Parts: sequence; structure tokens; C-alpha cells
Amino acid sequence: MSTEVNPLTIVTPRARRRKLVGTIMELVATSAAVLAVIVLLIVVVSVARKGLPALNADFFTKNPVPFGQTGGGIKNAIVGTLIMTGMATLIAVPVGVLIAIFNTEFAAPAVAEFVRLVLNVLAGVPTIVIGIFIFGLLVVGNGQSAIAASIGLSIVMVPLIARATEEVLVLVPASLREAGMGLGATRARTVVTVILPTAVGGIVTATIVAVARAAGETAPLLFTSSIFANAVVTDVHQAMASIPLTIFVDSESPSVADQQTAWAAALVLMAGVLIMGIIGRALSLRTRRQIERAR
Amino acid sequence: MLLRGLAGAAALTVAIVLVLIAYKVVDQAGDAISAFGLGFITSTEWNAVTNQFGALDLIWGTAVTSLFALILAVPIAIAIGLFLSELAPRRLRAPVGALVELLAAIPSVVLGLWGILVMGPFLESHIEPWLNIHLGFIPLFGGTPSNVGLLPACLVLTIMVVPIVASISRELFDSVPGDLKAGSLALGSTRWEMVRSVAIPQVSGGLVAAVILGLARALGEAIAVSQTIGGALGRPTSIFGSADTLASRIANQYQGAATSLQTSSLAYLATILLVFSLVANISAQLIVRRIRRRMGTR
Repeated sequence: MSTEVNPLTIVTPRARRRKLVGTIMELVATSAAVLAVIVLLIVVVSVARKGLPALNADFFTKNPVPFGQTGGGIKNAIVGTLIMTGMATLIAVPVGVLIAIFNTEFAAPAVAEFVRLVLNVLAGVPTIVIGIFIFGLLVVGNGQSAIAASIGLSIVMVPLIARATEEVLVLVPASLREAGMGLGATRARTVVTVILPTAVGGIVTATIVAVARAAGETAPLLFTSSIFANAVVTDVHQAMASIPLTIFVDSESPSVADQQTAWAAALVLMAGVLIMGIIGRALSLRTRRQIERAR
Repeated sequence: MLLRGLAGAAALTVAIVLVLIAYKVVDQAGDAISAFGLGFITSTEWNAVTNQFGALDLIWGTAVTSLFALILAVPIAIAIGLFLSELAPRRLRAPVGALVELLAAIPSVVLGLWGILVMGPFLESHIEPWLNIHLGFIPLFGGTPSNVGLLPACLVLTIMVVPIVASISRELFDSVPGDLKAGSLALGSTRWEMVRSVAIPQVSGGLVAAVILGLARALGEAIAVSQTIGGALGRPTSIFGSADTLASRIANQYQGAATSLQTSSLAYLATILLVFSLVANISAQLIVRRIRRRMGTR
């Protein structure tokens, strides 16, 4: 019997070092992911812990009480956020979906490429700048209003809806499109009766994600809907209270009662936004699977 | 025909809105531009009583907070991208990826609230004194600990930038052809060596674009920064000091400026901010476009 060792099993110091470096780098990458998840948990848990004690029926059904008094709620802010986000959605969904249809069905490639560039750049405009823009365009001379704020929010939403809708429209199998046109339908008719129904799940997802984003936006409201009555306002030509602005103002207040309100409002907002985010994600997975099955 | 017209009109509208944003913001800044000219950029004054306004401290604050946040966020974000694309067990990829994306979904005003009332006090009583005692000889860590200032603002920005850069990095690493990865591993590379010598060089252009997009996000954040940075003029040498950024100064003064020149100066700040973010976003888009053309995909 020879005593020579199998050369493949020799472990040189260099090989050991390479393996060690590899293991360390894999550990670093793993801990980075763990860190991100921990930060998410810390934020969610501390908002929940600080917000829950202040949540009661009054919080949803009463308006804020004057400084120094206890009790009250943020009914006016909840109503304001629902109305302003709702109006922004009514503006942004048709515009966003039409842009996506333009890009996938009608535009020449170079034009579509340009529209995509514009959407990406618009998505990158700081929301505080959008606030200043709406201030100059609609607030100066007319005063603050919910409608001005909604238009600002819709500018934040349009790029999100357009890009996400376009991604779903291109997934619709070409065979469906050809079948529609082969039956003699015009391009527009094919879009309305074949393509949009197939992609509707994706459009809903895009809308949910955009609504979640707009509901939490503060900056576009600062100059457009920040001076409001301490009551529920339903006239869209007047400024309305909102959940994000309540959090923003109360977070910088030295009063513990105000901070408590801020935490509870943050809990309501965060719960809404995260639930919408999770629903949106689940729906988008389902739509993708459905469209893939249709192929 | 009708649908085509409507769709075209919608596309045209966004282009017009983008131009209109630039026009309206610059238009409002008109008074301040004619009063201070380019000197606005190099002046450190912000005084409503003397009606003198300048942006230097704010540009400085914007640059320092964004760069510091990027320095912290980029390595973490790329590492997360690698974890999600190359290392994580298949079953973990989707849920961990979703959690990282949820981090991006937290409204900035909520993150700012947490930053000022939870993280700030924690930094003030635990982290900053420790840094001060052990590293206080470096001016960066000198000064008095505080619950607001550059450090909490940078950390909040880091939390906002990480998910953006991480999800783009993940897509980039996913796009590296499996053949290349397998080839490298078959030659005997460890996984890290494959990443370093094959994957990262393949996507380096895309990573640059991802970093620029992260920078644009950090530059433009008004709300969370104004809640945590302390809202003071000046260029502190210590990361415990208070400062202000272009975006946070605009947000702070929403309750009404004392003079019309001050309002106009806020629009001037918005103009500078808009230029920064346009430059960052357009250059990131151009990089992405060049890469796509090279790879022969859309």
C-alpha cells in the first residue's frame, strides 16, 4: 500500500484562506439583510407600542381638542386624507393607464422611450418641489384647497401607475392581441375588450401601490393644504386636515399629548400603507401567474 | 382613433407638467434671483429681518447628509442585493425581499417621527456619549450629544436609501447570465470570488445608476430630514450638530414666510434642488439606457 495522499484533498493554506474570506463575505451579506429586517421590525414595533394606547373610538370619531385639553381625535384628518387621496387617484389612474397604453400600443419605439424617460424624471422630482410648483400654479391668488393638494398628489402617483401598468401590458401575450385584430377589431377595440381586461389585476395592483404612497406623502400638502379649520371639511375648495400633516406637526410639539396623537396617527397610517403594500404584492404575483398561464 | 388621441394626450400632458414644474418654480424664484443673483449660492445668511437670504449652508447640509447616508447605505444595500440574488435559500428570497421593500413603503413622516422621538433620544443618551468619549479627539465626534442633528438625519436617510439601492442591485445580480456564474464556479472560484470577479464587473454600470438614484432620493427628502436635523443654519464640524438642507428648510418654513422675498427665496432653494435632482435622475437614466442597448434588450 502506498502512503501518498489524494492530491484533490490537499488543503493548502491559500485554499483555506480563500474559503475563509468567502465565508466571511457571505456572513456579511447575510447580516446586512438581517439588519434591514430588524430595522423594519424596530420601527413597526415602536410605532405600534406607542400608538396603540392612544387608539380608541374617540380617535376616529372626534375632532382635535384645543391645546391643553385631553381627549379628542383626528376625524377631520382621516376624512381629509381619504378625500384628497381619493381625488388624486381619480385623476392619476386614467392618466397613468392611458400613458401605459400609449407606450405599448401606439407610440413609435423612440417616442415611447422618451415618454419613459419623462416618467422616470418626473418620479425623481422631490415631492417638496412639487408642493412649491402647485403653490405657485394654484394656491397663489386662490388660497389653499384640497383640490390643489390632490393635483399635487396625483403628480406623485402618475409615474408609479404608468410604469407598473406598462410592465403588465407588455406581459399580455401577443397571440391575444393578434387574435383580437384577426377578428377584425380595430386596435383601440382590441385594447379595450381584450388587453385591458387581461391586465386589470396589474392595474389594480399599480393603483394600490400608488395610493399607499400618496396617502403617506406630506411634502405636497405643506403649501397646499396646511391651514385648515378644526372640523371635518368636505368642500374641496377649502384646505383639509390630513393624517401625514398631523404627524408632522405633532412630532415636533413638546407636548406629550400631541406626541401621543402623532404616534396613534402614525400607527393608523402605517397599518393602512403596509396592508395595502402586502395586498398589492400578493395581487401582482397572482396577476403575473394568471397571465403566464394564458400564454 | 379616440383612444389613440386620449393616450397621446396623456403622454403629452406629463411632458408638459414636467416643463411646467421647472417653469413655475423658476418663475416664483424670480424676485430672489434678481435680488441676489448667483451670490445666493455662496451666501450663508438667512435672515428675515434684514431680508437677506442665501443657500450655502443649506447646500452644504444637503451634500453632507446625502453623502454620509450613501456611504452607509450603499455597502449594506449591495450586500442585501447579493444576499437576495446569490446566497439566500430559495424559500427565503421572496419573503426577505418583500420585507426589504416594505421598509421603502413606510411613509417618510412616520420614519421621521420615529427618528425624532425614539432614535434621536437613544443616540443622545447611548451612542453619542460613547463616540464622544472614545473618539472625541476627532472634530467629527466632538461637541455635545443631542437628540436632533446631522447623525439622526443621516441615519434616517440611510434607512430610506437602502431598500431602493438594494432592490435595484438584486435585479442587476439576477440579470447576470447563469452561464457566467456557473463557469466561474466550475473553475474553482468560491462564491465570493465569483461575485467579485464576474458578477460585480458585469453590473458595475447599473450599480452606479442605482447609487445615483439613491443619492437623488436622499437629496430630495424634506419631511423626515426636517424632523430630525434640528433646523439650524451653520456648518457644524461635529455630526452631533444641527444643520439644515435645501429640502428641509423649505418644509420648515411652510407656515408662511415673513416677506415675499423670503417666499421667493424658498422657490430659489427649490430651483437648486430641482437642478440637482434632474441632473442625478437624467444621468442615471442615460447610464441605464446605455447598458440596455449594449445588452441588446429594451
